[in-house]
Amino acid sequence: MYSYWKNNQLKLTPWIFLAPGIFMFCLYVIFPIFQSISLSFYDWDGLGEKTYIGVENYIELLDDEDFYTSLKNNLIWLILTFVAIPAGLFSALFLNQTVRGIRFYKSLFFFPFVISQVVVGMVFSWFYDPTNGLLNQMLEGMGFNPVAILADEDYATYGIIAASLWPQTAYCMILFLTGLNSVDPEQIEAGRIDNARGWRMLWYVILPQLKPATFIAVVVTVIGALRSFDLISVMTRGGPWGSTRVLAYFMYEKAFSEYGYRMGYAAAIAVILLAIMMVYIAIILYRMYRTEKGV
Amino acid sequence: MKKIFKNQIALALAGILAGTSAIAGTLVINGDTSDPAPKAAFQAVIDGFEAENPDVNVVYNLFDHEGYKAAIRNFLTADAPDIAFWYAGNRMAPYVDAGLFAPIDDVWAEQGLYTLMKSSAAGMTMDGKKWGIPFSYYQVGMYYRQDIFEDLGIAVPKTWDQFMSASATLKANDITPITIGTKYLWTTGCIFDYLNLRTNGYDFHMDLANGNVAWTDDRVRATMAKYKELVDKEYFDENHASYTWQEALGPLASGEGAMVCMGNFAVAPLRELGLDDSQLGFFQFPEITPGIPMAEEAPSDTLHLTANAKNPTDAKRFLAYAARADVQTSWNAALGQLPTNSGAEVADDKFIKAGFEQLNNASALSQYFDRDIPAEMAALGMESLQEFMVKPERLEKILERLEKARQKLY
Repeated sequence: MYSYWKNNQLKLTPWIFLAPGIFMFCLYVIFPIFQSISLSFYDWDGLGEKTYIGVENYIELLDDEDFYTSLKNNLIWLILTFVAIPAGLFSALFLNQTVRGIRFYKSLFFFPFVISQVVVGMVFSWFYDPTNGLLNQMLEGMGFNPVAILADEDYATYGIIAASLWPQTAYCMILFLTGLNSVDPEQIEAGRIDNARGWRMLWYVILPQLKPATFIAVVVTVIGALRSFDLISVMTRGGPWGSTRVLAYFMYEKAFSEYGYRMGYAAAIAVILLAIMMVYIAIILYRMYRTEKGV
Repeated sequence: MKKIFKNQIALALAGILAGTSAIAGTLVINGDTSDPAPKAAFQAVIDGFEAENPDVNVVYNLFDHEGYKAAIRNFLTADAPDIAFWYAGNRMAPYVDAGLFAPIDDVWAEQGLYTLMKSSAAGMTMDGKKWGIPFSYYQVGMYYRQDIFEDLGIAVPKTWDQFMSASATLKANDITPITIGTKYLWTTGCIFDYLNLRTNGYDFHMDLANGNVAWTDDRVRATMAKYKELVDKEYFDENHASYTWQEALGPLASGEGAMVCMGNFAVAPLRELGLDDSQLGFFQFPEITPGIPMAEEAPSDTLHLTANAKNPTDAKRFLAYAARADVQTSWNAALGQLPTNSGAEVADDKFIKAGFEQLNNASALSQYFDRDIPAEMAALGMESLQEFMVKPERLEKILERLEKARQKLY
């Protein structure tokens, strides 16, 4: 026994250190995934008996208008939250200078990421308020008619995404700021000598060096967009008439809201959401695998 | 040696006896009376019960009002109290069906509640049994700015035509006739329920709630035509979908709005906003189809014996106590609501008295849109009504969607 330990010490030690983490990950992440998948084949109200109904939940889902609304909104979220990446990059470039009190300005820019999403949601709800909100006061001042952004099916989703961009931009900004710290000054020097400045400097010299930061920013933004839930819950509760639902919120509504408690159906939504996320996770894992191998 | 042993047995026995009597005398109640007035009112009920029954010790677990709706599912299955607060009508159906509430027909029989609580009996009945004690209910109707009506020379409308002309006068004076906040959806149910009750009557309304009538039926269309009149003439406030019901009370207090369709719980916040009894009034939703008996909405708050109760005997004693006329008199006076026991007395308050009169003359009582209609259908229904109020041109599509859901859900 002892000799076995002695011979394989180097191989075993990492696993022993990893064991608590793996255990927790399996218990709270892997196991519930399989639990959800199996639950999605049942009809269950969370109280009574579960009834096995095969793929019926999925068939119903394919015929559900709300599902397509959610899917469409998820797509809009996915595309539009990408704005946070260039916006974060430019605020990082803007703040990456040595001026008196720059730390204070940096912390102001980072502030929205630190406050709770619920607070962000409340602030933006008041900002959009059709009678007393700042936005409509400004619009009226400029001679436009007020718009009830969060009560209009055409604008509500965009209104929420705009709110989500505020903290998301701050987060991307921090990623890029740290990335900018590690940009090699010699390469910039060399670029200067070759007469590169402005956009060309940014595009050919700075950005390639920010590649790791950009990669992380993309991953975090995509996952953040797919998980979007709290802002919707605070700002519109999925309304008006369900037009701002996304899959995560739709699932919550079906499972836990006052009129929900269709656990099997909600689990089916969760499985679909997982499948969509898996596409991204697979791409990320593949890329990480390639960089680790040094290809 | 022997003596010590004996003493120990005696001590142990005493302990067991004391222990069992303590268990037998503990009554656990879970409730959601988290607002100050209901909380104090229920504490007084507990104190009164304990004073009359010194052998029973009541343990009351107080939950937040909204959190309770999620918590009840957990505690009923995992760690059931003896008595739980809940609501009548279809809202209690999931727990009755899952066997988590217990029938208490014996309490109803012993206390003579079949006659004393006749008006609220229907809401407590499922499978021919009684599943709880309604301890309080309240009227739903039109709360309005009496002073504005008087200033503009508008009489309290009794018929649909009078209601429409009153609204037209208000609108002409730049006052929103009906303020409503539909952000949390359920406020739309008030308008729909009353339009439907007045256009088609109670029996049709309940048939629709129970899924026996198509949503594309001509009678539903007749109701929606009335609704559309209100929407088309812009009698509701413009941005209702942005506001909660509390926010919608603001215009009423400031005089920018004149009426609101609401339960009696709206009176307390309106008084806090500065309206007194000379400014705020209440009237019954006007008649639409002449000759149809006037049914009213009266949501009941109820107490239920749980199926897994550890102390059902004392629980039934408590439920009997809660049903008693004198208890309901003081309890509801503190709540600002109406007692369900017809032997109880009504508090001396303008709105409670008005409600008492309205409900006593009612031909039948319905609960409310989301209590009469099964949960999933109700959620879709309220959402669709909100959509209809903003996009009335989609009426046909909305009714077809509701009909499709009805065929699937019932």
